[in-house]
Amino acid sequence: MNLEIKNLMVKYDDVLAISDVTMSVATGTIVALVGGNGNGKSTTLRAVAGLNAAHAGSITFNGQAIQSVPAHERVPLGLSLVPEGRRLFPRLTVRRNLELGAFTQSDDHEVKSSVDEMFSLFPILKEREKQLAGTMSGGEQQMLAIARGLMAKPRLLMLDEPSWGIAPKFVTKVLDVIQQVNATGVSILLVEQNLSKALSIAHYGYVIQTGRIVMEGKGQDLLHDDKIKQAYLGL
Amino acid sequence: MITTTRMKAVAISLVCLAAALVIPAVVQSASYLNLAILVLMAAQLGVSWNIVGGYAGQVSLGHAAFYGLGAYCSTLMLVKFGVNPWIGVLCGGLLAAILSVGFGWSCFRLKGHYFAMATIAVAELVQIWFTEWEYGGAAVGLYVPMDRTGWLWMNFATKLPYYWLALGLLLITLAVNWWIERSYIGYYLRAIKDEPDAARSIGVNIARYKQIALSISAFFTAIGGSLYAQKELYIDPNSVLSTALSIKMALVSILGGVGTLFGPVIGSVVLTTIEELTRTVFGGTGRGTDTIIYATLIIVIAVFYPTGVVGWWRNILRRRVLNTASNTADSEQSSSQVAGAAAVKGGQV
Repeated sequence: MNLEIKNLMVKYDDVLAISDVTMSVATGTIVALVGGNGNGKSTTLRAVAGLNAAHAGSITFNGQAIQSVPAHERVPLGLSLVPEGRRLFPRLTVRRNLELGAFTQSDDHEVKSSVDEMFSLFPILKEREKQLAGTMSGGEQQMLAIARGLMAKPRLLMLDEPSWGIAPKFVTKVLDVIQQVNATGVSILLVEQNLSKALSIAHYGYVIQTGRIVMEGKGQDLLHDDKIKQAYLGL
Repeated sequence: MITTTRMKAVAISLVCLAAALVIPAVVQSASYLNLAILVLMAAQLGVSWNIVGGYAGQVSLGHAAFYGLGAYCSTLMLVKFGVNPWIGVLCGGLLAAILSVGFGWSCFRLKGHYFAMATIAVAELVQIWFTEWEYGGAAVGLYVPMDRTGWLWMNFATKLPYYWLALGLLLITLAVNWWIERSYIGYYLRAIKDEPDAARSIGVNIARYKQIALSISAFFTAIGGSLYAQKELYIDPNSVLSTALSIKMALVSILGGVGTLFGPVIGSVVLTTIEELTRTVFGGTGRGTDTIIYATLIIVIAVFYPTGVVGWWRNILRRRVLNTASNTADSEQSSSQVAGAAAVKGGQV
């Protein structure tokens, strides 16, 4: 098992953001965490990445308890987060953003070959290599954000709302890329509001509501579940 | 385009450097030379502050603590133990860099305005401590003895050597900033400033890099303090540890262009000149006039030019380039339309 979260609780000051999340990501799979806005999807991801402290429960990554490991030390363990809203470094070029993604790597040649790998995976980034990240379109920025996340050579890539703010044609492209990345052996934890899109590529899915996991199952099963259709897809 | 802009920037920098080298030969008046020294010293402080306040985005309003530490360290070493000021200057810088760890530890836990307020509080505590510290001269302060003069003892009867010292120190500090801007530390600092969460999620230890920035900044600020002590030959808590001094360090950067290499230098030229002019024009009766002007400038900058003089200038250049590009496109379009119309007339279409 790649990632295991048990009874996770996270608070923002005194406000309970997630009360009881138990879920797991098996090695080499795509797992979707779906739910409405404000139900705790991003908080769960941020807690796994170490950006939010876990008030209770446990997070285990490849057998190691990581809930008290600082965020910057989780990256070398193989955890990489592509944050919501992309969070690129807008005043730096595309290449520089990618290089910063390889912060935990010390070998310059390795960093260079990783950048080249990203350019072959995302040819549009090669074209934009010297462009400032902040001047690219939303879809291109999302590609760059994923590529930057991959530069850390993660074993688990966590994506927070990758379809946020991008054109529909790019959403399909982004989902294709996610599947491509997964095919290379990288596990994926995908947080999305766009249930149908997320569940269509997920091997397994979890539905979160008011800070609790209320449903789980295979991606396709959840996608065709009547309750989900009624509650989230308006069908 | 980028190369042309860079070439222009290099050319302007060289012209400014040449002007700085020529000033002592041209300026005969001691008071104007003193003004030039003050401009250089304030610029050096602004450039030092810029490392943590500009590149790392941590607006410190307590940098006078480092300035005072530098001034007191070199002066006390000279007065009490007869240690050469050159050694004292370095010791002051190192002491400030080391003590900045405690400063950072206590303040970096806070963000934004809370961080700024915490830095004021720490600097105030340092000032109070020095005001009460008998061994350090307390509120009376310390005099730098004039018994050994010359370059060896960094002590001069005339202003000119201080000009060269201030210019040299500014150039060194600028060189360090230039290196930071282009090194990975600079990129990490910009990442921390722009997107701290993203920086953490790629593995950047934010606390460590902020601390590195603060320590380098503290080191150079303290050296600036030591130079002040050697130049003025007298220090007390009010002259080297006041909050007004911290604000000035921040303000020269903000006015000129925070997070830019030469912004603090431009800010220093403007602010120090205003400060000295108001002092000369109004004398004792006009005490506080410079503060009123400072406050007005802060409002003007915040409302109209949040990116400072350098940002304002870059905007002008950018607009000019865009205008040129659109004019070229327009003329190309109109000439193609004329050609098209001629072709239609001639029955070619």
